Amino acid sequence: MSYAKSKFRHPNLEVNDIGLTYRDYEGVVSTLCAGCGHDSISASIIHACAELSIPPHKIAKMSGIGCSSKAPNYFLNRSHGFNSVHGRMPSVTTGANLANKDLCYLAMSGDGDTASIGLGQFAHVIRRRLDMVYLVANNGVYGLTKGQLAATSDKGAKNKAGEISPFNEIDLCVMALQLGASFVARCFSGDRKQLVSILKAAICHQGFAFIDIISPCVTFNNQANSKRSYDYVQQHVSTGAVSDFVPVKDEISCDLPSGNYHDICLHDGSLIRLYKVAKDYRSDDKLHAVNMIEAHKAKQQILTGLFYVNPAIDTYHEVNQTSDTPLNQLREDALCPGQRVLKSINGSFR
Amino acid sequence: MTINKKNELTNDFVIRFANTNGTGSASANHMFAKAIMRMGIPVSAKNIFPSNIQGSPTWYEVRVNEQGFLSSRGGPADVLVAMNSQSFARDLGDLKAGGTLLYDNSRQQDLTSIPENTTALGIPIAEICLKEYHDPRLRQLFKNVIYVGALAALLDIEFEVLKILVSDQFKGKEKLITPNIFALELGYQYAHTHFDCPLATRVERRDLIKEQILVDGNTGCALGAVYAGVTVVGWYPITPSTSVIEKFASYCQRLRIDPATGKKNYAIVQAEDELAAIGIAIGAGWNGARSFTATSGPGVSLMSEFLGLSYFAEIPVVLMNIQRAGPSTGMPTRTQQSDIIACAYASHGDTKHVLLFPKCPTECFELTAIAFDLADRLQTAVILMSDLDLGMNDHLCEPFQWDDERQYDLGKVLNEAELDAIEQYGRYQDIDKDGICPRTLAGTHPNKGAFFTRGTSRNRNAVYTERSEDYVDNMQRLARKYRTAAALVPEAQIRQQHQVADISLIFFGTSAQVIDEVTAIFAEQNLTVDSMRIRAFPFGAEVPKFIEQRNNCFVIEQNRDGQMRSLLINELNLSPHSLTAILNYDGLPLTARSVVRMISDARTVAPIRQGGQR
Repeated sequence: MSYAKSKFRHPNLEVNDIGLTYRDYEGVVSTLCAGCGHDSISASIIHACAELSIPPHKIAKMSGIGCSSKAPNYFLNRSHGFNSVHGRMPSVTTGANLANKDLCYLAMSGDGDTASIGLGQFAHVIRRRLDMVYLVANNGVYGLTKGQLAATSDKGAKNKAGEISPFNEIDLCVMALQLGASFVARCFSGDRKQLVSILKAAICHQGFAFIDIISPCVTFNNQANSKRSYDYVQQHVSTGAVSDFVPVKDEISCDLPSGNYHDICLHDGSLIRLYKVAKDYRSDDKLHAVNMIEAHKAKQQILTGLFYVNPAIDTYHEVNQTSDTPLNQLREDALCPGQRVLKSINGSFR
Repeated sequence: MTINKKNELTNDFVIRFANTNGTGSASANHMFAKAIMRMGIPVSAKNIFPSNIQGSPTWYEVRVNEQGFLSSRGGPADVLVAMNSQSFARDLGDLKAGGTLLYDNSRQQDLTSIPENTTALGIPIAEICLKEYHDPRLRQLFKNVIYVGALAALLDIEFEVLKILVSDQFKGKEKLITPNIFALELGYQYAHTHFDCPLATRVERRDLIKEQILVDGNTGCALGAVYAGVTVVGWYPITPSTSVIEKFASYCQRLRIDPATGKKNYAIVQAEDELAAIGIAIGAGWNGARSFTATSGPGVSLMSEFLGLSYFAEIPVVLMNIQRAGPSTGMPTRTQQSDIIACAYASHGDTKHVLLFPKCPTECFELTAIAFDLADRLQTAVILMSDLDLGMNDHLCEPFQWDDERQYDLGKVLNEAELDAIEQYGRYQDIDKDGICPRTLAGTHPNKGAFFTRGTSRNRNAVYTERSEDYVDNMQRLARKYRTAAALVPEAQIRQQHQVADISLIFFGTSAQVIDEVTAIFAEQNLTVDSMRIRAFPFGAEVPKFIEQRNNCFVIEQNRDGQMRSLLINELNLSPHSLTAILNYDGLPLTARSVVRMISDARTVAPIRQGGQR
């Protein structure tokens, strides 16, 4: 069931640049389990979009099938959403994006939806450089079908039923890096501050932005021996750099923090500002990113943060040289060559 | 050498070319067929090719018939051009007694199994090429052109027509014109010098072509999509559908570049598989762009889940199914109409789709354009059911036509002002009671009209629910929408007199090619024929009416199980005895002869009322 939320608003609720409060970015009441990491992701999305002042109707929420893919109903009620087919969200999003390149495509998938049934589509949507934000709510377990191990489960991980994952896990960030994603990050749903700033950067990034979000499943994968439980992740998480997001409109000089930081300028002029940067941190080198991820894994640590960003890459529409007007807005005058042309085409068949 | 002139076969014969695939023979054979058309004589061409890139035997059959009977004639050919020594002995079996054999005698060929009274004409084609050309590739390529030149002399094709044809064909590549004409002349002169030209089997100029064009159905589909305003295509290569996309892309490169910016008014994605191909098309349809994908049987299987999504989530999309003999490792280069049931009911759950059945390239163009209007109007998948014979072979047909006044029917899509005018928007509210609910597109209105698209777990306002009443309500509305569809799709074409004829035929798609000839053959036996050509599923009211007026109809189809017959019986609640299946499923284009034979057999074995054997 969907529950309507109260329309009551605190009169002093802060409004953003387009006159909306964060509550205008909410969805219906979540039907996920109480404490589900995915609900934290929804909350972070609501805050990121509200703070960026994006008109909600200019966002399209795309998803496949699974707990993760139900989640888009729980944020951005004023946006169109599409709960499509298991593992096929990337192709549907590709088509939607080709039809209208002017919307922001915010896609939510899960470990089953992306790392198993949808692995092929995941790979190819990255390869075709679609301008979209691709989120994976990664809990290492199948929730809707009650607790089967996912392909992102570490080797040796045990599920609630006592089944042990016998094979190596698929690291979606490493795959995304290898396949040419131009923005790759890993977050923990329990770290709202980092998730919101990385989400904002991902939305402003022009190109394919991938965020693997460790999002514990309280019902099927939060037991003591789980490597995706809140406790385990909290104890083993390590951040390469704390990121903050500076939108275009903010004067960079106004709030200069002291200490070590590193700025990355995105295509739209906004900045990702990284603080407390680890000694060997770099965000412009894929190979280095893969090494960092693997090195932390070897130390039983989960590295989070922005791993790689390339703000200058051409997206699909630049490669294709698609018209400036979104294709779904073109009409007969631009699309139909008319009878005169057809007559000459007929001539070529005589 | 004297040539047998007893059998006058002017403008009525079949010539079969036996070649090796990958040697460029198809384009030379096509040139031959086109030359006959340019002499005003009806002609058809069937390319019977293997699933292979290079080295296997391939055949090309041209039928010349001034009565306009242009389906595959069947039976042995009148003239055989045997250029493949590998299949030479077998190919001789495809020549009629008293026919003409043209072959390359540079090497000794075994003529022992040659049919009776054959006029065997040997030309040392390989030797001529060896002498005239140095480049081994040209030696191979011009062999084909040389035999076309020889045929021009033998069959009395006007040489001037061939010369103009070559110039037209190589427009923009002028360097190729002279060597091609030279090769034609080599063959032409050799035949004139050594044989008594022309043969009894020959052509004679007529004026029967008028405005008609010679083109393949896939080109018709591609052009139909361009004219219908398609902007997004997702696809995955599969014979025989690939050329739909290739042609679409090449016409777009010519016709769809924005003159001011040089940018593309279209996007074509070669996807990773058929699932993604239709996913892309559906994503674009969801966002209000006209989109399609093209595939064949194995692709339809893979796309089935998505077809169900299109049905339940009510998203327009067009799928062109260029049918072939299944399965994947079946006979992918042979024709069939064997995906009728698979497409009509594709996907899980209670699903039904709109199908359109074009009979010729002209109709491929027209029904493609209609398919996009129907998909947008009905907010569902529309499947265009072509086949390999129609899609890849050249057919003589009426020219493509477009009414410049015609506007796209984009269906019920609410814009910002329309949303403002209504109090509360609900995605699945059947306001007009036709089962079709107004939809909205992302980005239309700042705070109205947004909804979450999903299958059936929602109520009329697109709010999540698992209530049985809401599910049933929605399923009944979808059934209502399907009844609306039956009234919107192209009607069946009925040919009948006042009285019910001796033989009543029901057919669809490429089987149309044989009907005139079948009717003519039965007329010689004093039997009358009436017929109904089904052009769409769901069936309109005229379909059961035609069947119910008759005791028995013969349903002609190109599959083993009588799929259209089953669909008719199932959907219209007919007695199985009312329909007798006439089936061809050998992978080759249907012939009038075989249809007449099967109908005659059925009439002898099972008189009317006992029909229905399968």
